[in-house]
Amino acid sequence: MIPFELILIQIINGIVSGMILALVASGLTLIFGIMDVVNFAHGDLFMLGAYMGVITLAATGNFWVALAASCLAVAALGAVIQMTALRPLLGRDPLTTILATFGISLVIQNAALWYFGPVARKINEPFTGQFPLFHLQYPWYRIAIAVLSAAIIGALYLFLKYGTYGIWIRATTQDRVMASAMGIPVPWVHTAVFAIGAAMAAASGVLFGPLVGVSHAMGLDVILRAFIVVVVGGMGNLGGSILAAIFVSMLEAFAAIWVSPAQAVIFSFMALILTLLFRPTGLFVPTPK
Amino acid sequence: MLSVKNVHTYYGKSHILHGVSIEVARGEVVGLLGRNGVGKSTTLKTIMGLVRPAEGEIRFEDTSITGAPPHQLARIGIAWVPEDRRIFKLLTVLENLRTGLDRRGVTEQRREELLEKVYRSFPVLRERRNQAGGTLSGGEQQMLAIARAMMLEPKIILLDEPTEGLMPRMVGQIREIIDVLHREGVAILLVEQNVPLTLGASSRVYIMEKGMVRHHAPASELRDNDAVIHQYLGV
Amino acid sequence: MSPRHSSTGYWIGFALIVAALAVAPLVLPEFWRRFVTEILIWGLLAMSSDILIGYTGMVSFGHSAFFGLGMYGAAAALLSVSPPNLWLAILLGLVGAGLVAVFVAFFSTRLRDIYFAITTLVFSQIFYVIIFTWTDVTGGENGLTFRAPTLWIPGVIDAPFTRETLHWFVLAVVTASYLLLRRITQSPFGMVLQSIRENEPRTRAIGYHVEHYKIVAVMLSGLFAGLAGVLYAVQNRFAAPDFVFFLISGEVVIFNVMGGMGTLVGPVVGAGFFFLLREGFSRFWTEYYLIPVGVIFTLMVIFLPQGILGFARRRLNS
Repeated sequence: MIPFELILIQIINGIVSGMILALVASGLTLIFGIMDVVNFAHGDLFMLGAYMGVITLAATGNFWVALAASCLAVAALGAVIQMTALRPLLGRDPLTTILATFGISLVIQNAALWYFGPVARKINEPFTGQFPLFHLQYPWYRIAIAVLSAAIIGALYLFLKYGTYGIWIRATTQDRVMASAMGIPVPWVHTAVFAIGAAMAAASGVLFGPLVGVSHAMGLDVILRAFIVVVVGGMGNLGGSILAAIFVSMLEAFAAIWVSPAQAVIFSFMALILTLLFRPTGLFVPTPK
Repeated sequence: MLSVKNVHTYYGKSHILHGVSIEVARGEVVGLLGRNGVGKSTTLKTIMGLVRPAEGEIRFEDTSITGAPPHQLARIGIAWVPEDRRIFKLLTVLENLRTGLDRRGVTEQRREELLEKVYRSFPVLRERRNQAGGTLSGGEQQMLAIARAMMLEPKIILLDEPTEGLMPRMVGQIREIIDVLHREGVAILLVEQNVPLTLGASSRVYIMEKGMVRHHAPASELRDNDAVIHQYLGV
Repeated sequence: MSPRHSSTGYWIGFALIVAALAVAPLVLPEFWRRFVTEILIWGLLAMSSDILIGYTGMVSFGHSAFFGLGMYGAAAALLSVSPPNLWLAILLGLVGAGLVAVFVAFFSTRLRDIYFAITTLVFSQIFYVIIFTWTDVTGGENGLTFRAPTLWIPGVIDAPFTRETLHWFVLAVVTASYLLLRRITQSPFGMVLQSIRENEPRTRAIGYHVEHYKIVAVMLSGLFAGLAGVLYAVQNRFAAPDFVFFLISGEVVIFNVMGGMGTLVGPVVGAGFFFLLREGFSRFWTEYYLIPVGVIFTLMVIFLPQGILGFARRRLNS
């Protein structure tokens, strides 16, 4: 019989990693929803965010400044990528965007390897300190990550719901032709959304950095899980991806009780496959169309 | 004000428009009649920059706008009300209106005025302002589509089959709206299959067949002369 | 049918190229000889991928799974039987790849485009994780090493592979595969595949059972990819989980795009081009060749999507 405490701890762990994953996946699904682009390079934007965090933290000593700077820098890079590589592909077969972003992903990954070297870097938590959780000392920082991620996602939600630009984004997502006919500058909305998605990925990278080492390949695991989450949650469905992120993370956290973490990921894969078999539009989408 | 000259448009390899030429003067209501599939909607879409013409020129207020992107055209005063309305279904009525209302250079006060004006003309929209666009009936969606275009304070509205799929008694309402817009000096290029409505509301009418303009006359002339209408529309 | 003289021209060109490749081990230094053999093997893998991506219009990131299982299947055969038997290796490799292909084929009929691409990616990773962690059976991270089988053609030869005979064997297998695939893609079956790529709903509307064609395409693709895996195992005498990682599939897609999708030979050229670039850049920039190569690839996706041989696609397919 599994001790109740272990289950509870894994639930909390699942929620923590789930929120980080939700932050990454929201950006990915937002981008897909509005411009039909599956951004293979999303995991690498996460990675770049983490590295920018490392650099800025070293330069300023302030974690929060590092977080902000990283988001801005990666958002800018995202905008550049969208304008140069993805705009010309608008209207072409959507699979060309997956190929183009794959190519960009390779370039970014190897450029990071070249510039930063193969040795993993560390970001230090902004604050240490733990609280007793059953037989463990659980770090406050982990709770902080979950709260912060939720806050950022919440801010995104508010931004989309109220305010002119939120309306522009939602209108463009629903019907980009009509949005354009209403005077909404659709090409710029696309760029802005890509930049926002990139910023969210970067934020995840910085927040997650202290938990793992920052290395050039850290985006691979993330992009894999993010794809799974976005499909399970329903592509383009923001709420769905958040639920799916938590679901998938908790699934893995529980699985990790019995199998090694490397093998636990198979459970996520299974979730994806089952979703595609039985509910291809997404597990958390109300009614399949 | 709006001049379409010898426009040829293709969808892929299909040659849809064969040298269409149309003029609309400031404040005029001009009708565009024709059977299904002759290219009326395509003409509007070409004007609106949704489709790029292979040949020909489109000018608005003495500037060439051929191939300009739709969002630019909306900002210089051309509004498009498509055949299937294309309400943003997941946006509320108010948010739908705001897609046209939230523009640069429009003061908060002016926005309130425009909104009030549209609510007075379409009281049902005020009632349903916080409801999702997709929950409105067909007729209400048509009202919303026109109201939304009015938010752009356009100089000309490209109105594509506003009465399609509406109950007969709503046709009168559409006529009233067109008259009101006309009184305010907004030009309208009205694509329709409803002949009496078009002849009643327009000053001039073009008739299209197979991607070409076949006939062009003042509405009054066509009202008295059935034969032409019969010939091209079989009505 | 194309006019006789261009068809003859094609075959003359083909014969010349095969002859040149056959002569390679006799004239090239060992390093470059091996280089050519590897290009042939990866070229076969890319060819198999072209069936899906170039002819049927299905982008798959799962070829590393087929390739890897072909490799491990061969490894299993070469480790379990003594003396190691070439044909058993090929058989087990094909069986391994075939089993994976069955799964992927099933999903290919239910998923379109992006969902299919992501699922095949996930498949690769499932196998990667299994192989990586099941150390007892698969050797885990370190993979498996084994001895090469002998080249055994009953009545003709039974001798250990030499560098030359290995190269010729690979060349023979790849050439035969190419000819067979060419026959298939130019048959009515192949025409239907291309029709699916151009316009799937219309193909279905005409009355073709699109699902059946997709299943066959995936099986075909998977088996030839597995065959490439077997050749790799025989040539290099090891199997490693790295080859099952989805990035390998990504590289294969790069070969397809750079060489020219839907041409069968294009992907081989693409593989050659990729490896030459890698060699070239490695002189200055040892491990980071993927930066310029990635840039070139991305630029080609945007500006030259038909690839190096794209202009010849019609001629190569008539």
